[in-house]
Amino acid sequence: MNDGSAQGSKEADLFLEELEVRSRESGYHLNPDTGFVRALIEGLLTNVRRYGYAACPCRLASGRKEDDMDIICPCDYRDADLGEHGSCFCALYVSREVARGTRPLASIVERRPPEGSRRHNDEPVAGIVRPSHPVWRCRVCGYLCAREGPPETCPICKAAGERFELFLPGGPG
Amino acid sequence: MRMTHVDGKDKGALALYTLSTCVWCRMMKGFLAKMQIGYDYVDVDTLAAEEKAQTIEELRRWNPKCSFPSLVVNGEKCVVGFNEETLKETLNL
Repeated sequence: MNDGSAQGSKEADLFLEELEVRSRESGYHLNPDTGFVRALIEGLLTNVRRYGYAACPCRLASGRKEDDMDIICPCDYRDADLGEHGSCFCALYVSREVARGTRPLASIVERRPPEGSRRHNDEPVAGIVRPSHPVWRCRVCGYLCAREGPPETCPICKAAGERFELFLPGGPG
Repeated sequence: MRMTHVDGKDKGALALYTLSTCVWCRMMKGFLAKMQIGYDYVDVDTLAAEEKAQTIEELRRWNPKCSFPSLVVNGEKCVVGFNEETLKETLNL
């Protein structure tokens, strides 16, 4: 789509470049409609200026990072939406089929639960023999790793370390 | 809460809840403009805290998930998301 306001921002150019590299390296696909993607990036940058983090441009952020953690792009719902609908809620990320044009793109139903019934971090799994290291789970892509703390960046989807939750307690104690 | 009015053909009382940063919301406004339909809208993310909270409460009655865009038609029903076919059907276009 064409959008005048989405043209000509150097900041958006850089953001897009980085996003393209990160997506390619981690096996995700951006929407092939560059105008659409640029408009979303402008929205993300507006939210970075507003809130201090890249809250989803298609959702209303609260401005409290701990409450918005699940909708910091890429959101916790992206992978499930890619699997079911072929795109994330915004359609910034799309499935391979949509990227290749063999599946149409559509506005999808919101997967994020309403306020009040949102989960924060899941309770760690119980009933398993305590492993030698705690196991951490990336809430964005589901990647699991057994180590003392979460990595700085998810090696799979490149989400920030703060997006990890404790999946299985472990280590001495 | 005050909404911004956009002039156009009368297709009933249309109250559109949007976000200024949302591309689907922009497509919704673009579609209504293309069809030359009159409506009222509010960009909820640009409101001041108190007005924002009131507007969210109001929208929640129509759409518990408070997702955008949400179009309340004649104070009777709410169309959630942007889908041309659904809109054409709802507004008899």
